[in-house]
Amino acid sequence: MSLLSVENLYLQFDTDEGRITAVDDVSFELNAGEVLGLVGESGSGKSVTAKSLMQLNPSNSVYGSGSKINLELENNVVDVLSLKKARELEIVRGGAISMIFQEPMASFAPAITIGNQMVEQLIIHTSLSKKGAAELSVEMLERVGINEPHKRFFQYAFELSGGMRQRAMIAMALSTKPKLLIADEPTTALDVTIQAQVLDLMKDLVKEFGMAILFITHDLGVIAQVADRVAVMYLGRIVESGPVREVLHSPSHPYTKGLLNALPKLDALDEPLTPIPGDIPSPLERPPGCVFHTRCPEVLADRCNSSVPQHTNVGQDHFTSCFVVDSTGKSA
Amino acid sequence: MTEKPLIKINKLNVEFPLGRTLFGKTPMLRAVNDISLEILPGQFYGLVGESGSGKTTLGRAILRAVPISSGEITFDDSEVNYDVGNLGKKELKNYRKLAQLIFQDPYAALSPRMTVRDIIAEPLEVMGLTQNREETDARVREIAAKCRLNLEHLRRFPHAFSGGQRQRISIARALVCNPKFVVADESVAALDVSIQADILNLLKSLQKQLGFTFLFISHDLSVVAHICDNVAVMYLGTLVETAPTKKLFSNPSHPYTKALLSSIPSLDPDESKKAQKLEGEIPSPANPPPGCKFHTRCPMAEDRCRKEVPQWRELSEDHYAACHLV
Repeated sequence: MSLLSVENLYLQFDTDEGRITAVDDVSFELNAGEVLGLVGESGSGKSVTAKSLMQLNPSNSVYGSGSKINLELENNVVDVLSLKKARELEIVRGGAISMIFQEPMASFAPAITIGNQMVEQLIIHTSLSKKGAAELSVEMLERVGINEPHKRFFQYAFELSGGMRQRAMIAMALSTKPKLLIADEPTTALDVTIQAQVLDLMKDLVKEFGMAILFITHDLGVIAQVADRVAVMYLGRIVESGPVREVLHSPSHPYTKGLLNALPKLDALDEPLTPIPGDIPSPLERPPGCVFHTRCPEVLADRCNSSVPQHTNVGQDHFTSCFVVDSTGKSA
Repeated sequence: MTEKPLIKINKLNVEFPLGRTLFGKTPMLRAVNDISLEILPGQFYGLVGESGSGKTTLGRAILRAVPISSGEITFDDSEVNYDVGNLGKKELKNYRKLAQLIFQDPYAALSPRMTVRDIIAEPLEVMGLTQNREETDARVREIAAKCRLNLEHLRRFPHAFSGGQRQRISIARALVCNPKFVVADESVAALDVSIQADILNLLKSLQKQLGFTFLFISHDLSVVAHICDNVAVMYLGTLVETAPTKKLFSNPSHPYTKALLSSIPSLDPDESKKAQKLEGEIPSPANPPPGCKFHTRCPMAEDRCRKEVPQWRELSEDHYAACHLV
């Protein structure tokens, strides 16, 4: 069995305007040492999916009855959605699963030193003494390429640059040796040259620590560089998923194709940019049938707007949910 | 170059005071350092750099939105000739009609309490460009149609719109007074890729239709490569390289430009460009390194780079760079 398996995850939010569906029948698996990229535009439900793994969604969230998230640890299988007490939730919140966020300034407490924050979580999640925790923290800061780690240990988040803060965040997330690291747009706020450094660091750390990463981003280039497999989300559904090479070289879902065509590419400067027509529908006006049919250039008149397409295998471990695609992976 | 430039920048410096001291000189942060640049009429000029490189400050200095410390900027469209650094009150008012800005964040740039029609009409009313309401409405409808907003949209409030639509509203607002020169500061950075492509295509077609000159500020090289004719690369307040887009991307000569290009994550998983990656981070502009400002991160840096400021040299036609080693 794989480290993490998410089955039929269905999540709604209760709001004043009514119930909004944020995640609709999402299933995926993640093995140890594997990097799964979750791509999608804003509002596609990728962050909400990741937060479900730690039950971090706000209190107005309602999980569907068939939703299952299983986390396989050494001696037992944890059913994440059934955890209730704060003590039990510690297993997934910082214990077996750690998370790094987009904006490192907002995720560090501004008035507590970096060192104290690192030590605090180590004391909660491990059996280390305060001294041992401090030593491990400095060692981790050094490992992620922060110079003068002894000095940084006593500094506050505002004293560090953006790239350095994100490195410290990674050091903190990995110091408890999590089985799964959730990285939610970890490089989006960074400059390209710093982004390249952080991505290299993360790749090295996967090799060294052997944990799995769920890497959330809107940037297909970043996915290409870090992920082994990729799942493309649109309006709460995974529309295509497969090995990163296959999906990027021969995308089969019209949305994936659209995303790739809309991306400015440096090796094809004369090619025009092709936007996906229209805007993402508001979650309150979720289209029936295939969620993408309102913007799809290949839409089938009487089929796509009425029934939901099932997963079609288009290659090994590569599936698409689209009526237009048959099992050969070509458009019918 | 035979054509007369629309915007001519000569040895421009922009400084901001860093706190206050009781005695002696106030320390200054030099955000734009000795920049000279020419933008020809009708050009789509790109300005790229990382955060802290001074690209926004340069854009704002051209619009006279930040005070200029020394050097000069001239605006010359054959009808008027302005010394942007020394504009009188009346001239400045007139300059505002000629030069406009499109902002990054379409969520923050639009007043939530005004209808879209009022938002777009406001510049016309403030500048007194129209005589009566009918004329204003006609102008608003005309520019709205060009930005693909329909009449129904004009009655609504900004909260009812998506990010892409909001950006179209702020573009309409900037263009309604028929400016000659427009600065777009990271105007697509907050948008999703599918919408970003749409806005880029719109900007390009609007520029062709209305014939204004564009300064497009962005941190995203691939976006700039697609939309601009000319590109200037900035690092820590100085220009490091300028060239026509195709030349710059096929033949980058400054080590910083090379590093920037190779830092862009490639869409091909098998193509990992590890070789050119930069070490370290951009130094603080409050305390810039001596000599060539890039020498602290440059893989090719020599002794000379640490002491002497490199000269701005023409490498080939229209291709300039400031580096001792090229």
